[in-house]
Amino acid sequence: MNTNEHDDVIEVTGLRRVYGGDGKDFEAVRGVTFSVGRGEVFALLGTNGAGKTSTVELIEGLAPPSGGRVRVLGHDPYTDRAAVRPRIGVMLQEGGFPSELTVAETARMWAGCTSGARTAGQVLDRVGLAHRSDVRVKQLSGGEKRRLDLALALLGDPEVLFLDEPTTGLDVEGRRGTWELVRELRDGGTTVLLTTHYLEEAEALADRLAILHEGRVAAVGTPAEVTASQPSHVSFELPDGYLPGDLPPLPGLGVSGHETTGRTIRLRTGELQRTATALLVWAERARVELRGLDVRSASLEEAFLRISREAAAHDGDRTRTTEPAADPRKARKRGAAA
Amino acid sequence: MSGTAVTTEAGPARTTAAGRTRALARAELTLLGRTRATLAAAVFVPLIMPFSLRSAVTSMRLEGTGLTVGSVLLPSSIGFALLFAVYGSLVSVYAARREELVLKRLRTGELRDVEILAGAALPSVAIGLAQCLILTVAYQVTLGVGMPERPGLVLLGLLSAFVTWPALAAVTASFSKSVEGAQVAAAPLTLVSLVGSGTFVPLELLPDGAAPFCELLPLTPVITLIRGGWSGHLSAHDTAGALATAVAWTVIAVFAVRRWFRWEPRR
Repeated sequence: MNTNEHDDVIEVTGLRRVYGGDGKDFEAVRGVTFSVGRGEVFALLGTNGAGKTSTVELIEGLAPPSGGRVRVLGHDPYTDRAAVRPRIGVMLQEGGFPSELTVAETARMWAGCTSGARTAGQVLDRVGLAHRSDVRVKQLSGGEKRRLDLALALLGDPEVLFLDEPTTGLDVEGRRGTWELVRELRDGGTTVLLTTHYLEEAEALADRLAILHEGRVAAVGTPAEVTASQPSHVSFELPDGYLPGDLPPLPGLGVSGHETTGRTIRLRTGELQRTATALLVWAERARVELRGLDVRSASLEEAFLRISREAAAHDGDRTRTTEPAADPRKARKRGAAA
Repeated sequence: MSGTAVTTEAGPARTTAAGRTRALARAELTLLGRTRATLAAAVFVPLIMPFSLRSAVTSMRLEGTGLTVGSVLLPSSIGFALLFAVYGSLVSVYAARREELVLKRLRTGELRDVEILAGAALPSVAIGLAQCLILTVAYQVTLGVGMPERPGLVLLGLLSAFVTWPALAAVTASFSKSVEGAQVAAAPLTLVSLVGSGTFVPLELLPDGAAPFCELLPLTPVITLIRGGWSGHLSAHDTAGALATAVAWTVIAVFAVRRWFRWEPRR
């Protein structure tokens, strides 16, 4: 509204957060940098303890950073919260409502504290909670509580919306409903920063994302960019009587590595179409059937697992394998294929 | 334009500190009415205990101390109101809101910290104030305590108390991990105040050696100012001492809140 349209709505530079405690300091956020443009949906992905919530709380202005800089809509969200708060909406990871108030009373209280608030009825309707208005918060299901939290975050039509694990505890239908709502908000120009440990959620919603690992940004970009560096896979059962060595020379097919599990062979490739075509042509000529054939592009999940593992290996100062497997169980069996 | 909420071109109307605090206080009042234990402690204890104390006070040897039954009972009763309706009740409220993450959630919004603490305190403070008025009227009717000789002192005492005691409640709540723990944490100051601040027993009747310590307790200047304000028998020196102690406790309590108040449960 007031800031330049081209400005980044959220700018995070070299962010650090140290939890103090009697000489046992724990650094949860270790130099995080990223930015979110106006109208973008940006996802922070990471395993539990990766620093997602610690990072988001700093951007929300709940605590001052131990180091680095945060700007939301051009302001420091901690020191200048009076300027920032009326323009943002926040949904925390859990709870935050007195259990003895009804849904409507909670919404009314929150509306009294929110600039330009819609009516309680409007927002409750939007998240499908209108029929639960007179129910005490303590009687709501976990999913209903999440939706109440979302409703209140939306109360003031915020320019920037923070959603910390918005669909945790929701059933499939509730999750789809929340996704739909986030898409509507984005279409309406709202900037959304969400954390999630559901990769499909990030894939479904995020324009861009960052993968956090142990307080650092391990990868950042569009979902396509983050997965682009990852290999695709072709897997199938070896035809009876065939050994891996009976296949055409794998490097010639663009295959960068492979592993076998029982009779199933899994090929890694950076050139999926070329590998698949060559393989199918070979099978046709050899008149064999490739049972259980599965041709799969790189996924965010693989990118995520690989990045986490590489970062962990790096942290542990271990020797990095040239061919990290997608799954530790398979890594152990890989020797059989070599 | 139908069906959608429209905000004006000039931007949505900003909330005000008073409006936000009022919205929070209203919700807190609803909650207070639904928490029976807190409500009972806040409403009945301070109203019933003074009357049960009356026989004890009547039998005290007040001759020569310049005190009357009414002038002992009224400040004591107000002390009860502060300790139970305001302090004890708010310790539970602050701990409960912290443990339910309500305080953390409120801090993500437009409310400033002081508004959150004040909004949560307002219903209890209002009940405490109402009790003081009811007790005053009751004693005027039954014991003929009359009007205060120096109402300014009474008002100053109450004013400092209604800032200091909610702040002390907030600090006390920070030294507990649960609502039950908070009630335990509130016990020491409550007991010390009952014994040492002239709530049960007028300071004049305590052993000589205890008086200097007792005068420094947070409730003592409140009781002293109210009693002195009513009787008019408070020397300039004692008035100054009581006012200084009251102000010092207000400053200490506010500082302690800023320094130690915990907005989130311990991890």
